[in-house]
Amino acid sequence: MSQTMFDKIWNTHVIAGEPGNPQLMYVDLQLLHEVTSPQAFEGLRENNRKVRRPDRNFATMDHNVPTVDIFNIKDAISRKQIDTLGKNAKEFGVRLAGMGSEDQGIVHVIGPQLGLTQPGMIIVCGDSHTATHGAFGSIAFGIGTSEVEHVLATQTIWQTKPKTMGIHVHGKLPRGVFSKDIIMGIIAREGVAFGTGYAVEFYGDTIRNMSMEERMTICNMSIEGGAKMGSIQPDQVTYDYISGRKYAPKQMDKAIEYWKQFSTDDEAAFDRVIDFDVSSLAPFVSWGTNPGMSVPIDKAFPEIKNNDDEKAYEYIGLKPGETAEEIPIRFAFFGSCTNGRLSDLKVAASALKGRHIAEGVTALVVPGSREIKNKAEELGLDKIFKDAGCEWREPGCSACLGMNPDRVPVGVHCASTSNRNFEGRQGAGARTHLASPAMVAAAAIHGHFIDIRKEAI
Amino acid sequence: MKPITTITNTTIPIMKENIDTDQLIPKQFLKNILKTGYGKDLFYDWRYLPGGKANPDFELNKPERKGASILITGDNFGCGSSREHAVWALKDFGIEVVIAGSYSDIFYMNSTKNGLLAIALPADERKILAEISANEKITVNLPDQVVQCRDKSFHFEIDPLWKHKFVNGLDDIAITFGYEKQIEDYEAHMPSFN
Ligand code: SF4
Repeated sequence: MSQTMFDKIWNTHVIAGEPGNPQLMYVDLQLLHEVTSPQAFEGLRENNRKVRRPDRNFATMDHNVPTVDIFNIKDAISRKQIDTLGKNAKEFGVRLAGMGSEDQGIVHVIGPQLGLTQPGMIIVCGDSHTATHGAFGSIAFGIGTSEVEHVLATQTIWQTKPKTMGIHVHGKLPRGVFSKDIIMGIIAREGVAFGTGYAVEFYGDTIRNMSMEERMTICNMSIEGGAKMGSIQPDQVTYDYISGRKYAPKQMDKAIEYWKQFSTDDEAAFDRVIDFDVSSLAPFVSWGTNPGMSVPIDKAFPEIKNNDDEKAYEYIGLKPGETAEEIPIRFAFFGSCTNGRLSDLKVAASALKGRHIAEGVTALVVPGSREIKNKAEELGLDKIFKDAGCEWREPGCSACLGMNPDRVPVGVHCASTSNRNFEGRQGAGARTHLASPAMVAAAAIHGHFIDIRKEAI
Repeated sequence: MKPITTITNTTIPIMKENIDTDQLIPKQFLKNILKTGYGKDLFYDWRYLPGGKANPDFELNKPERKGASILITGDNFGCGSSREHAVWALKDFGIEVVIAGSYSDIFYMNSTKNGLLAIALPADERKILAEISANEKITVNLPDQVVQCRDKSFHFEIDPLWKHKFVNGLDDIAITFGYEKQIEDYEAHMPSFN
């Protein structure tokens, strides 16, 4: 019988149990951050247990990190979570990219950047955007705190095998349209729960032609469509990205030979297949309070169909029939594990070069990691952003979620390159509008979104 | 985890349906680094009056209920967000057994991971349990799968896997330690490229 890439990776990791029941799976890599790990380490301590494989765990700090002065954490609980991770990593021998370290950054940015994320692996983290790592041809998913503890203690996890879904993405992306628009377009069409219970694989010529960074953006938002895992078959682009990184395999040739087995035999192997043609795709902007509530830039916001829509419109302060060009943008956020990578900053900088953001707009540029920040500065991107009126910040999750000091004020509309537009996500009462970095840059310049396919930004 | 076989204690009835995790523990209490210490915030919004004084009418606050460890409640208990803190809060308060009509899947899974025994009984039987006096004890006998109250005994169902876990005081990690040999074998055969 033909098999998917997912089936093949899964099968190489089963330690015990039968399909259909929970199976004991080996975990190649666990990533940890300060918010969802403290109770897991506490559990180990209470029971006098060790971390089974410290070499297969890697920790960093991201959610609580202040982006102006990272060493000056005012919130007592944030500081406690950060200090606790530092202590736990030391006590249990887990590698840590701590505050100020060259390797520090958003957990889903540094895993790939350090070469920790590799094809054919099972990767977990106490964070729902772990799906990002699937872009390398791995099975990667978010887990709860008890599971984090279980993985620390045993380097395994009990999981029931999900169904598989293939999303065939094909066609040439029009100018001004990006991988963020593809995943937003898929979720807008299919809904925020279409992937529930499925492991999703993205494939097709559009995907093949993408860089790793673009692929990560797509896999990152799989969870916004309900899929715990999103993945892409590894190829030369993947191998080239990994090669030479800090924790890349020393014997790359041997590794590549092994990784090549992880491919889907044919479409028939999927439990479900979806087709998505991007050749006439438009840039997307979210109007509501979940990522499925979004429209192409040239379409008006939809009619109210149910209670959820009604509540969303009320929260966001917009009306059906209006368009994204009418949203009064007063805040712009460039960053997050979705679009806080170097290529994203380059796109935004090229739009902002020689321009200035509109009066009354606050724009934060937050690189996804220290390495990205350093590289961007080498390229002079920081200067472009600052000249355009943006604030150039230290790396972290920042305004993606209201956990550190970076928050969008009550009632303010924010054009954001992040992944979630839930009520209160960017701060109490904040109104988030998800879009690609190019669209957010245009919105910051004009004070509202524009159709970047038509107008020069 | 402590093995659970027979628990004999007094009860706390909170006969509401659909008690969600936000009612069990509101989200402002989640920013913490411990699994313990959430007991004081259990049922926060019902338990305390504006200003922070204990609401004397709420069952949990009644002096005669002090020390009780068996919660009797409604259908669909623990629905809403997946926060494990809901279970941690119940345990930390001292609840050992919950007897509801049904549970949300995630809450139930979280209860099995944390040694909180969650039992489902039909409404008529729960009604009897809810009406006994505050100083009267009932017995939950897990090996026999019965709840005994006065001269009555109510049978309950439990998956043999969870029963095994509770009776032997095994947590998931302890169970997985039983696979140590297989895990070692697996590790011995993993490809290495370094
Ligand atoms: S950047 Fe946002 S989505 Fe990504 S890990 Fe941080 S908080 Fe989560």
